[in-house]
Amino acid sequence: MIEAQQLAVTFNAGTPMETPAMRGIDLTIPEGEFVTVIGSNGAGKSTFLNALAGELKPDSGHILIDNQDVTNWPTAKRAGLVARVFQDPLGGSCASLSIEENLALAHARGKRRGFGASVSNNLHEEFRTHIARLNLGLENRLGDRMELLSGGQRQAVSLLMSALQPMKILLLDEHTAALDPKTAAFVLELTREIVEERQLTTLMVTHSMRQALDVGHRTVMLHEGRVVLDVKGDERKGLGVEDLLHMFEKVRGSELDDDALLLS
Amino acid sequence: MSQIALLGAVEVGLLFALVALGVYLSFRVLQFPDLTVDGSFPLGAAVSASMIVAGFDPFLSSFVAALAGAAAGLVTAWLNVRLKILHLLASILTMIALYSINLRIMGRPNIALLGENTVFTPLEVLDMPTYVALPIALFGLVVVLKIALDWFLNSEIGLAMRATGENPRMARAQGIHTDRYILGGMALSNALVALAGALFAQSQGAADVTLGVGVIVVGLAAVIGGEAILSPRTVYRATLACVVGSILYRLAVAGALNADALGLKAQDLNLITAVLVALAMVLPGMRMPFKTKKGGVK
Repeated sequence: MIEAQQLAVTFNAGTPMETPAMRGIDLTIPEGEFVTVIGSNGAGKSTFLNALAGELKPDSGHILIDNQDVTNWPTAKRAGLVARVFQDPLGGSCASLSIEENLALAHARGKRRGFGASVSNNLHEEFRTHIARLNLGLENRLGDRMELLSGGQRQAVSLLMSALQPMKILLLDEHTAALDPKTAAFVLELTREIVEERQLTTLMVTHSMRQALDVGHRTVMLHEGRVVLDVKGDERKGLGVEDLLHMFEKVRGSELDDDALLLS
Repeated sequence: MSQIALLGAVEVGLLFALVALGVYLSFRVLQFPDLTVDGSFPLGAAVSASMIVAGFDPFLSSFVAALAGAAAGLVTAWLNVRLKILHLLASILTMIALYSINLRIMGRPNIALLGENTVFTPLEVLDMPTYVALPIALFGLVVVLKIALDWFLNSEIGLAMRATGENPRMARAQGIHTDRYILGGMALSNALVALAGALFAQSQGAADVTLGVGVIVVGLAAVIGGEAILSPRTVYRATLACVVGSILYRLAVAGALNADALGLKAQDLNLITAVLVALAMVLPGMRMPFKTKKGGVK
């Protein structure tokens, strides 16, 4: 179970550039739940995700993973509990390392690293079977450098990498946003498969309302650094983008003016 | 070029292959532009020469010299990761500080090692002249260290170090404490350089506080030149490129100095180095139009 309690952070505090990015985010995600997070630019989605990952230390509030307070743990220490797929297809892997070396890096996530060979024969075979499920023909290209793959292929491999080790939460940071529609659909489908198959607790940030309602069990909307909408179960079933907009207007008393959210 | 001059060039090339491997670790693996090298090379020479003159075992002296180099690398890395000083500046600070420290260690600007026992003394029992035996022994050492470095960089820890340089954010997300790997990598890099300095002083018969001037450029020349020739895609080839680049660089310099037609003298060495480095950086790009394969210079 993941709990965010009153998370708040202000960038450039005390300067004219002062930006409160989170103003007390409260969110509890029970084990096995797939939550989609939506919000316009500057709503605090990325900041929230970075705080959960450990890249950003909140000014106040707490993050609890299975009742353990990890607020002050640096990213590397938290890596055994948190897996992450980045928005930038280049961000989640090392371009000059081979596919199997990238997989080996992820395979050691949260474990002690030693002086043994990073890609043993056993691992090589294990990676082959893992990567064959992508149906991208990568099983015979494990020695290829990551930079030779397309953005979609890299995101698919990144997803696979994140699931190589057990985790308490999987963070997906608009991981289909940089892909063309067809590839995005493929990566999203793969996400659904992997999350379902392993019953992963997942938090997916997305820019698309449609996508936010289509996948997962629960949708949360952030606005100006707070949770303003939280729908799940029967309430969420059959909900359309229009309904979501109405709900938002009712809650906030203002209209949403982010074209990117409305159009996608 | 005489045989002695040729073997002399190979000998120095092999010594600087160790520098090149160190520079490869910092510049390429960790992507940490490190100028500490100009201080840690004479540091190795100073420590080993001082200890040898004081009567210590030359092998122990060389080992301590490598440890001293590791300490210098740690200081630079610490200035960068803990105090958040820009990596280039951090390394320049350490380099400058080492100039004073090296003078303190030696107590004077230079120490002669003529007639002293060095790590190369045992070679004298062999039935061959020193100028032949020395390059052979050094070749053995360089091969062993190259293979050890290959093994290390392909281990789990080595792979984590490569990820630290390539994509630190991703590395952290995989549980890699990037700061620790920068500290460790910089220590290893400068230990190699200081070891090269120690062996250089012992093979040349003297340690001098000015030995370090331009060492980083020579190391880079070897790394970049080797890459231009071998276009390395794997760790094995990259480390091989360091060794090959270093030897070829020395041969090119010796060739240039020996070609009477060019009229170059020993004092032109730094100018030749600069020209060779510039050529090594530009030539791979100029070959591009004739290449069909994808790739190029960074």
